[in-house]
Amino acid sequence: MTTGTDVARFQVGQGASASSRLRAAPDATGPSRLDAVGVSAWFGDNLVLDDVSLSMPAATVTALIGPSGCGKSTFLRILNRMHESVAGAKLAGEVLLNGADIYDAGHRLTDTRKQIGMVFQKPNPFPAMSIADNVTAGLALTGTKVSKGDREDLIEHCLTRAGLWSEVRDRLGTPGSALSGGQQQRLCIARALAVRPRVLLMDEPCSALDPTSTRRIEETIGELCSEVTVVIVTHNMQQAARVSQQAAFFLASQGEPGAIVEHGATKDIFEHPSDPRTADYVNGRFG
Amino acid sequence: MATIQSLPTRPAEADLGPDDGGDRPVAPKPKVRKPRRTPNFTAEDWISLIGSVLSSLAFVTIVYEHILDGSGTIGFGLCWYAAFLVVYAAVVSVVHPRPIVLERLVASTLYLAAALVLFALGSTVFYIFAQGWRALVHVNFFTHDMSGVSPTAPLNQGGILHAIVGTVEEVGIAVAISVPLGIGTAVYLTEVGGRASSLVRTVVEAMTALPEILAGLFVYVLLIVEFGFSKSGMAVSVAMTITMIPIIARAGEVALRVVPSGLREASTALGATHWKTVWGVVLPSARAGLATATILAVARGIGETAIPLIVSGASSFLTFNPLNVPMNSLPLFIYTAYTTHEPLAITRAFGAASVLMVMVLLLFVAIRILVRQKGVRR
Amino acid sequence: MTTVLTPPAPVSGSGKAPRQLRPSREPSDRIFHGTVTGIGLFVLVIIASIGIFLGYQSIPTFRHYGLGFFTQTQWLPELDKIGIAAVLIGTVEVALVAMVVAFPLALMLALFITDYAPKVVKGWLISVVDLMAAVPSIIYGLWAVFLLQPHAIKLSRWLSQHLGWIPIFHVNTDPNAAVWQQSRYTSSVFIAGLAVSMMAIPLACAVMRAVFDQAPLGEREAAMALGGTRLGVARTVVLPFAKGSIIGGTMLALGRALGETAAVLIIISPAYEIKARILEAGTQTTSALIAANFGNATKSQLSALLTAGFVLFLITLIVNSVAAVVIRRSRSGAGTEI
Repeated sequence: MTTGTDVARFQVGQGASASSRLRAAPDATGPSRLDAVGVSAWFGDNLVLDDVSLSMPAATVTALIGPSGCGKSTFLRILNRMHESVAGAKLAGEVLLNGADIYDAGHRLTDTRKQIGMVFQKPNPFPAMSIADNVTAGLALTGTKVSKGDREDLIEHCLTRAGLWSEVRDRLGTPGSALSGGQQQRLCIARALAVRPRVLLMDEPCSALDPTSTRRIEETIGELCSEVTVVIVTHNMQQAARVSQQAAFFLASQGEPGAIVEHGATKDIFEHPSDPRTADYVNGRFG
Repeated sequence: MATIQSLPTRPAEADLGPDDGGDRPVAPKPKVRKPRRTPNFTAEDWISLIGSVLSSLAFVTIVYEHILDGSGTIGFGLCWYAAFLVVYAAVVSVVHPRPIVLERLVASTLYLAAALVLFALGSTVFYIFAQGWRALVHVNFFTHDMSGVSPTAPLNQGGILHAIVGTVEEVGIAVAISVPLGIGTAVYLTEVGGRASSLVRTVVEAMTALPEILAGLFVYVLLIVEFGFSKSGMAVSVAMTITMIPIIARAGEVALRVVPSGLREASTALGATHWKTVWGVVLPSARAGLATATILAVARGIGETAIPLIVSGASSFLTFNPLNVPMNSLPLFIYTAYTTHEPLAITRAFGAASVLMVMVLLLFVAIRILVRQKGVRR
Repeated sequence: MTTVLTPPAPVSGSGKAPRQLRPSREPSDRIFHGTVTGIGLFVLVIIASIGIFLGYQSIPTFRHYGLGFFTQTQWLPELDKIGIAAVLIGTVEVALVAMVVAFPLALMLALFITDYAPKVVKGWLISVVDLMAAVPSIIYGLWAVFLLQPHAIKLSRWLSQHLGWIPIFHVNTDPNAAVWQQSRYTSSVFIAGLAVSMMAIPLACAVMRAVFDQAPLGEREAAMALGGTRLGVARTVVLPFAKGSIIGGTMLALGRALGETAAVLIIISPAYEIKARILEAGTQTTSALIAANFGNATKSQLSALLTAGFVLFLITLIVNSVAAVVIRRSRSGAGTEI
């Protein structure tokens, strides 16, 4: 596990654009593989996920699809240890980041969350901070030191990756809350990218946004998967078909905990599903 | 090809792989694993913490007497805390990065702050009872008043019955007046509103902080000096009402606002007048909150010392008459007994303080019960 | 075949202006509204009356002493030398000491309850803090005199010994004497301030805690998901959100501290001089002045005491009104029920 500052990641070289100037150090980040093995989840005594296993390969976009309430978001939150922040929440199983179980006693909680970032359904920029400060908020929170020049480059880099740079480049000092919904969500994506996570989890990031913003973000997701592994929960099957390479279909019958019915390449799930329930869902017969 | 994981509840469709031909009997539902612990504070962290605590304690113990010439327990505690911070920071920073070090230091400081405040409160309660029990063991303490008994008399003579009765009666009358007025104000603010309501709300908020002595002065000047009434329990009740109304009004307003507007609309849609809606629907729904508001006001009222000091007198005989005669009450008794500086009188003062403390504790148990009931009902 | 609907022509005139609706009030409702409004306005009347009465009673004093009332430090009615200069300073000093102690403790306790305490004890902690607010002032006074003071004066002595070059820590006695004069350190602003802080802490803490709980969950989770510690979440989300209520809650507690009577009354020994030496015995506050002196006050002395009360009334009114406005205007106070 990396400790200390991550300054080494940001090597400022000669170059015209910020992106070319920022080169990741050879040993550090890069998209990583995430494996969930036998994950079960409880809220109090209520079992909500039963023995779910899924492999999310590095540098790909995995979509979690399925009707409401079958545990997709719960599963997602287990992947970055957000599930345990809820009072009474329990889990079983393992989550392996490049083979190492993140729930192991030797792994720091804050390190895990830094390496596995999350974008939420409702955009939540920090309203008291400017746009620039929002982007670097994660650095401040994790005690990562960045020199002033690197900081500006980082802000530009992340906002560009999030598809927001051109719209806010001349008002970086204005409050983060003054943006539109779609812009705020892209700001949240930039903020999540600034700490250089290996995996980015997205919990229905576009469900609260208009179609134009949705399209922008879907473009962003497509460009991101070379830098981070992406796992996205979505209600929107067409969106899943557009952005993901792999998909997993979650289902929970009446009164039963949720589980994965079927998973595989997105194309296969949508065009040749093996399970009739999957076929029903992707053809819009329920959910 | 996609991989299927079977759901346990659909045995007929269990299908364990593409090569499987036909239906197979369902494998038994896999044993649900037990939840795992997710500790953020490992055994190693505990050792760091306890080690830092003990080592800083040892260090300060040795150094304190010599270098800082023993300036009492408070000074010792402060030095220990400072030493602990330094040691703990050093220990944690060996393993963890800076944000975690800061987090641990702040967390331990917060725990200490909470412990300090709780200790202060606990020592208060404990000390009162510890000093007062010698008076409390005598039955006459509760059944007699102090008429004809000098403050230096032994504890098997005299008692605080007059003060207890005085407190109960004064607060009772105050409640009888302030509850209708306070709830009325709350109803005015939530149900009627209007242009003056924001002014009234601001004034009510300002009034909650009115020093009790000013309420006492007001009643003294108005009723006793101007109108010539004599010092009495009634005057105390009136002054208490002035301090209690704002508390009931503010907490009551909150309780009424929490009542869902759907209930009001349902009642109005059925044809009820506004009055009937408030009396029959809104007030009963807010019962627990209004009761809590009243209890909070009572807790304020029974502890007031300056008011009875000014508008009543520290009489030593029992009376049930709220008019014309001075009426003693527990806080006033405590004050006057203390100011004699006689040891036995001070013990009686602590005894009376214990009784007062028990009353406050009972009020709070009542609030806890009410709050829990309200939670369950929702 | 589908049908297209055309709207009918409006009955009344242009049809654009809204209709005037006159709500019909039942007689019982009129009585209800009138009564309740009357009660609400009655509260206004009370506080106005207090202000007016105290102000009216102050007129003779101001006529007699003029503005010298505010500059005279002595309180010697027999010599016709009366002024509240020293008393006001003492009031402010006690309140400030109380707030210096209470503010950090209340803030830390509130943060502890919302973010650090195990969830199972949270409800109990909240009740305990409310209990702390309900304990009568005289009881804290007894605790301070008998239990706290013997320990606190040792701290006072240490402070005057080593930091006595700072004016507020200086005490007019020899702290280095082998047998030091304990009575020079008792009954001081410091001890009174500590007792008053016991009443200020729960008040400020209750306001802060209620607001900390309301910090938006979405922002909290964002800070957590970025890898923030609890401290990081508090600094990034909770404290900025609650800024206004932290200030407002502290000011409310300050207002309470300014008017505190019983505990101060039994702790301090009256001394009428303007001094900054908070560790030294002897001081006076407005409410203690009134409580101690009005028993044997002549008519003119009574007027003077009432004037002091009037000044106290104005000060607490201003402090609490500002506090209420600060809270209501702040982001956190918009829906708060302080």
